[in-house]
Amino acid sequence: MNPWIFVGLFFVVGLIIPVSAIVVAAILNPKKSNPIKKTTYECGIETVGESWIQFKAQYYIFALVFLIFDVETVFLFPWAIKLGQLGMFAVLEGIVFILILVAGLVYTWRKGMLEWA
Amino acid sequence: MSFWNDPLKVAADWLMGIFTGWGMPELAANILIGFLGVLILISILMVLDIFLVWVERKVVSRFQDRIGPNRVGPFGLIQPFADIIKLLIKEDTTPGGADRVVYNLAPMLSMMSVLILWAVVPIAPTILGVDINIGVLYIVAAGAIGTLSIIMAGWSSNNKFATIGAFRQVAVMISFEIPMLAMMLIPTILAGSMGTSQIIEQQSVWYFFLSPLGALVFLIAAIAELGRAPFDMAEGESELVSGYNIEYSGMKFGMFYAGELLHAFTFGGFWSIMFFGGYRFFGLEQVSPFLAIAILVFKAFLGYWLIMWVRYTLLRIRIDHMLAFNWKFLTPLAFTLIIVTAFMNALLSGTSTWLYISGMFLSNVLIAWIALEIARSYSRKEREKIQGPKPVVEAAHH
Repeated sequence: MNPWIFVGLFFVVGLIIPVSAIVVAAILNPKKSNPIKKTTYECGIETVGESWIQFKAQYYIFALVFLIFDVETVFLFPWAIKLGQLGMFAVLEGIVFILILVAGLVYTWRKGMLEWA
Repeated sequence: MSFWNDPLKVAADWLMGIFTGWGMPELAANILIGFLGVLILISILMVLDIFLVWVERKVVSRFQDRIGPNRVGPFGLIQPFADIIKLLIKEDTTPGGADRVVYNLAPMLSMMSVLILWAVVPIAPTILGVDINIGVLYIVAAGAIGTLSIIMAGWSSNNKFATIGAFRQVAVMISFEIPMLAMMLIPTILAGSMGTSQIIEQQSVWYFFLSPLGALVFLIAAIAELGRAPFDMAEGESELVSGYNIEYSGMKFGMFYAGELLHAFTFGGFWSIMFFGGYRFFGLEQVSPFLAIAILVFKAFLGYWLIMWVRYTLLRIRIDHMLAFNWKFLTPLAFTLIIVTAFMNALLSGTSTWLYISGMFLSNVLIAWIALEIARSYSRKEREKIQGPKPVVEAAHH
């Protein structure tokens, strides 16, 4: 039998348990809502302006750097599995691949993109 | 083949006989048995999770020189059950401006992302959810669902604290995922497989002895991934009050809380699987699967205890320091470690076991020493930039 069916079962059961807990709570809990209770919490002061604020551009830069390294590391996994059978040449090839991408990190660093400006 | 040697197979065969006796097709019976097995495992995990609430509170109390819960039941053991009753009957408020669908989905996904991790945890030699050959990548993929749930919670709450908390948490999680993923490469290189059960099978020598630095970097990255102190920027009480889960109450908050605790315990388990041999302990795991389960749970609790120790000892780090620590120190260190591990592994693979182990171990110690020296000289330079050069000792001149 396909093992991914079991993974699917984990997804289903893993969702059923928290959903049932929340549903039971929704049935049991008191419902005495009023407009004051439903306001956004901000330490007692009323919210000024939109809550969905602009985010700092720095987060975007980190996300871009992350993307490069994440894809790189995923590419390294097949290399890592077969490393024992491929010998020294494959090791050196992999090291060259890592160094090229580390050069990307050095470039980002020198450009000052890793500083929290 | 008795029940005590292979409980999973005996129970599955027994159920299979019953279900096919009812005239059920084999595939449907298999799926039903799988469903029951998953349900039992996840129910046990939820009970364990309730127990973890007590463990966490008791341990933090001891670290802070308090006694902790001790009123409800012996040693306060019934306290978490009282908490659950409170969470169930607590009014659940949703902020008026919230995106209701996303807001309600987030706590469920947060819990699910932890529970599905256990699909690839080998609990004993014969007890394993799924033996997929990409187990390590599956762990990372499941963790991404947890990140998603935090973005969803923070964004949908329509609260500035929550939004800022979610930004920070996501920045930290995606940053520290790089060293974590890189450190998962080391067991993969050493075992020649991404499957978690294969990694354990290959660990006749614990990978901690082949790569102690790898184990340490993995633990640091895992703590950041969990969003625990000293990396809990998303929940900084003194500035963001509670961070991404600020608007949640009742059982929905409980799901975030319980999910976080179980996540920490699960990563203690993964740490022991990748670097400490999982359920293996000098052949004791062959005696009985139940003993193997006890060994794994014990090791997972040790890892969890270490994570708690770090949490309650260290202070919270500022977000820019944290990201700089990751990108300027941990990531270059992780990639250096991969290069050295791959190279030394290929160089020493034909030699004797003792030479192999000591070569790997010493190369790790050397890298750790060099990395610390670089960090130390860098911080000395930074300090001198602010305070001026260190004054020369006067006594030397007289």
